[in-house]
Amino acid sequence: MATITSKPETLVGKRIRRREDPRLITGTATYLDDLKLPGMHHACVVRSPHAAARIKNINVKPALELPGVVAVFTGADVKEVGPVPCAAGLPGLRVPHHHILAQDRVYLVGHPVAVVVATDRYIAADAADLVEVDYQELPAVADPEKALAPGAPAVHPQWPDNVAFTFHQEGGDTAKAFQDAEVVVKQRITSQRLIPTAMETRGVVADWKAGEKSMTLWSSTQVPHLLRTLLAGMLGMPENRLRVITPEVGGAFGSKLNVYAEEALMAFISMRIGKPVKWVESRRENFLCTIHGRGHVDYFELAAMRDGTILGMKLKLIQDLGAFLQLLTPAIPTLSVLMMPGLYKFKNISADIVGAFTNCTPTDAYRGAGRPEATHGIERMVDILAAELKMDPAQIRLKNFVDNDAFPFVTATGLAYDSGNYALPLNTALAEVDYASLRREQQQARQQGKLMGVGISAYGEICAIGPSPATPAGGWESATVKIEPSGKVTVLTGTSPHGQGEETTFAQITADELGVDIDDVLVIHGDTSIVQYGIGTFGSRNTAIGGTALYYALQELKTKIKKFGAVLLDVDEVTLVGGVCVDEKSGRSVSFNQVAAAAYRALKLPPNTEPGLVATHFWEPPNFTFPFGAHIVVTDVDRETGQVSVRRYVAVDDCGKIINPLIVAGQVHGGVAQGLGQALWEQAVYADNGQLLSGELTDYALPRAHMMPWIESSHTITPSPVNPLGVKGVGEAGTIGCSPAVVNSVVDALSPLGVRHIDMPLTPEKIWKLIQEGRA
Amino acid sequence: MKRKISLTLNGKAVADEVEPRLLLIHYLREVASLTGPHIGCETSTCGACTVLLDGRAVKSCAMFTVQADGRQVLTIEGLAPNGKLDPLQEAFWNEHGLQCGFCTPGMILTARQLLNDNPSPTEEEIRKGLEGNLCRCTGYQHIINAVKAAAAKQGA
Amino acid sequence: MIPQNFEYSAPATLQEALQLISGGECKVMAGGMSLIPLMKLRLAAPEHVVDLGRVPGLNSISESGGVVCIGATATHHDIESSPVIRGRVPLLAEAASHIGDVQVRNRGTLGGSIAHADPAADYPASLLALEAKVRLVSANSDRTVEAADFFLDPFTTAVESGEIVLEVLVPIEEPREGYRYEKVPHPASGFAVVGVAARIKKAGGKTTLARIGVTGTGPRAFRALAAEKLLESGADVATAAAAVAEGQETNADLYASAEYRRHLTRVWAARALTLALSRAS
Repeated sequence: MATITSKPETLVGKRIRRREDPRLITGTATYLDDLKLPGMHHACVVRSPHAAARIKNINVKPALELPGVVAVFTGADVKEVGPVPCAAGLPGLRVPHHHILAQDRVYLVGHPVAVVVATDRYIAADAADLVEVDYQELPAVADPEKALAPGAPAVHPQWPDNVAFTFHQEGGDTAKAFQDAEVVVKQRITSQRLIPTAMETRGVVADWKAGEKSMTLWSSTQVPHLLRTLLAGMLGMPENRLRVITPEVGGAFGSKLNVYAEEALMAFISMRIGKPVKWVESRRENFLCTIHGRGHVDYFELAAMRDGTILGMKLKLIQDLGAFLQLLTPAIPTLSVLMMPGLYKFKNISADIVGAFTNCTPTDAYRGAGRPEATHGIERMVDILAAELKMDPAQIRLKNFVDNDAFPFVTATGLAYDSGNYALPLNTALAEVDYASLRREQQQARQQGKLMGVGISAYGEICAIGPSPATPAGGWESATVKIEPSGKVTVLTGTSPHGQGEETTFAQITADELGVDIDDVLVIHGDTSIVQYGIGTFGSRNTAIGGTALYYALQELKTKIKKFGAVLLDVDEVTLVGGVCVDEKSGRSVSFNQVAAAAYRALKLPPNTEPGLVATHFWEPPNFTFPFGAHIVVTDVDRETGQVSVRRYVAVDDCGKIINPLIVAGQVHGGVAQGLGQALWEQAVYADNGQLLSGELTDYALPRAHMMPWIESSHTITPSPVNPLGVKGVGEAGTIGCSPAVVNSVVDALSPLGVRHIDMPLTPEKIWKLIQEGRA
Repeated sequence: MKRKISLTLNGKAVADEVEPRLLLIHYLREVASLTGPHIGCETSTCGACTVLLDGRAVKSCAMFTVQADGRQVLTIEGLAPNGKLDPLQEAFWNEHGLQCGFCTPGMILTARQLLNDNPSPTEEEIRKGLEGNLCRCTGYQHIINAVKAAAAKQGA
Repeated sequence: MIPQNFEYSAPATLQEALQLISGGECKVMAGGMSLIPLMKLRLAAPEHVVDLGRVPGLNSISESGGVVCIGATATHHDIESSPVIRGRVPLLAEAASHIGDVQVRNRGTLGGSIAHADPAADYPASLLALEAKVRLVSANSDRTVEAADFFLDPFTTAVESGEIVLEVLVPIEEPREGYRYEKVPHPASGFAVVGVAARIKKAGGKTTLARIGVTGTGPRAFRALAAEKLLESGADVATAAAAVAEGQETNADLYASAEYRRHLTRVWAARALTLALSRAS
């Protein structure tokens, strides 16, 4: 028997390069469009060029006559399939029936009207052009406030007021707070529509095997299991005969946390033609047909005392829903309301949401999903209050933060913040930028007529989404760990990572817990026939929930390993150190591989113990986690042109314990880039008639390398008590913290001109006009 | 009418007959089964399809295959012959210069040209040199670190 | 997205190319950077594409008799890196370095760009400021037009059916001249919201020659003649820049209204002129 007892170096907390990268840097990963199946056909979707129209006639004959075209389907063929599901439930919610192909009417530009199937994607594209659709155009409405005005065109004729739902949430005594207030500040603040723009567009391959009555469906999705369940329902097929596989996914950011018409449509086509079929979205389709994010118009009122103490908030939130309700569309603004108090201890809030239909692409979860809107609102309002009271924006925040001894802190909206030290990241960031000297520099700059701004945001977020009662489809996560007879370890996670790096972080956790070499661990995800049911990847939940499920599965296995180890050593009890079972009394030990082999050979089983070393754990979290942080942004505004340049970006984030600092830094950088995109450049712009004007990457400005500032990122660490790993989540932090810090900075720069608010994006022209008005 | 073409693809001579409208990216991906270069847009904006044509970075979605007749094309699959990673591939791995990986093959090949032209670029030159490649995941910072690290390693 | 089918010709000689296009009904392609995206979006669907990419010598860059001669298929990269252009007409090299991105500059050509005549393209401002000429040939004609007479309207030039851009002729800049190309790039497309090319010659501390070309501002690139005259008659930069968009139609889009574009034109004209002046000796 071996006597090695040296414990390997622990990997959790270490900067370890990712295990998913070798296939990605060599171009050998398999994304959806890389799949090629024998006999595979290609589909091209014919889409509405109008935002609202009656379909008078569709002539598919010219398309069908093109050699290579095998079928063309229209709404009549798929009437019984679906509808595209909305999983979010709210009292009185109006859910329009969302067919997978338009029936007699189209509701948005890009609405699928017909689908052409051909042997080759070039022929499919040619044939799609030959489908003749006769439309009678109808009036459309593309702006949520216009949609709610009397006399607006009805998006859905049965609901002429365009209201999908109203929702009220109240905490504390807001009326009294506003009565007691010495000062009330009000502001209309928008969070513009954004287009998530994962670099890989969506795509589906469906392969129906009639003889087996089974379907394999590959989809670029964040939620393979949920997709399977919902899609089986749409198709009326048994869930256990539908296998969903998630190939490599080229980014998602919430836009693939959904069930889309094309997924059911490809499944339908494959069943009808008896061949595999592929559809890959063009970028134009991606802009029109994959969900958008944000789309808020918020009317805020903040009540406070003259010393800066915030008493309460009133909010009227208008959410632009688009024409249909996708999977979580109406739930997103309710998340905003939950997060509205931010990091502050005021206990009175009254919020009303109106969800408005428009003839636009549905909105849904996009990185942050409701929380960037909330943070932007509260962090702008706190700055507006500070300006009103002539207080320093850092001081007013420090004054109103939840106290360190108040955790778990129950908020005005009923959340229980798990742990926090909210002043720490802010003070760290203030020190990092040398705040006092920055303010002095700003004074000098102003004397020279220069526009320099310093902006702060102190953000909180809801992560690890989430406890099942708070979610439409279950908020737990699952993990299976299999120690194979050879001692190799296979982890099956119910999450569906697509860039977040869990093949690495979960291997780190596993290697540490079992004491094995990380190279002996393989993490598998994204195949419903291999992996036990899981929820998926969104809401910064992978590590906090999926990682915890893994942790508990590993604890079960460790217990079992020790039982086998004891049997092998013929003692009552052993310790597991560095993968080795040791009898502390005699010093004798048995190796991990020997235990693994013995567990499967099963010559001698411990009492009440089954053969094998497999454990599955489904973990239901008792609470969300609540990361927080502070971002400080220094900007210079070109007085002549209105151009903003970001001179410094300092981010101090607290996401609890860190499994892999390299990956966490990457999440922060990417999050900040998307926040900066919203703050400065990105905007989905619709014409009044519902045409998307920013409909291509040549119009919709994503941040490019030369547009990004250097991000100075650091962390404070306040472990979460919600899970044994102490982690909170970091996927959305950068996005949530960023946009208010940027806008606060630019408003600060322009404040000598009397500017107190600017809506995003901060385009040069918008700022130039404010400068002109300020001069007048 | 199909046209005959021959080109050197990742160091090997290949010959085919293609429709003139066949985009080079589709030739590489569908005909030659080189799925490293990706398609991220149709406006030649994103750079995910970048390959090296006679050593220079080009967007293979904005070229017809017939235009590559007689020329040398290098895709990401050809960058590490015999499995030996290019210093840029190694650096992207070490510095976490990728997340979802979709933009990565194009990003690495554009960076390859950048370092060929300018072996020790400044941060600003790297940012400018990569302006034709969109990444939605990384915020570019780790990519810049990776290009710097590769430059340092090459220079060493 | 996929182009419609077309007939493709890649003539091996200029004569062959001119014969092919003499019938009209075809689209001439050089690098394809403008044409191919349009074809993919099916906004263009030519039945016959004539690719000039294989005509030998059509991308040559040479200098003789005080003129730099740039073949139509010289790429933006050729132009930004050519020692002849950098030495003799550095304004054009500077403009080329602002076009699109690395990949676009590797494929896109001078002839293709100017024949496409996007009102937000970079070259026209410099070609106007440099008083360049464009040589157009067909199977039975050979003529040279001033850059100022070449750009007619958005996507419309003096090129007639059967003609191609053969080369661009650029008078060399004097070494003591100051020059500058300044541009406000559109954050998504990289095209010029406004682009200003300036050339200045000084003698005895006075501006003896000013040439200002402006792109992006209006439906076609233009020379700011009034501003040039002001500078040449002793006005300061601010006064001249204020007149730069005088009398010109102004574009408007999602990024910049006409009013803001006019303003940007004046600001960036002032900045380009200031730098050009500082470079002039």
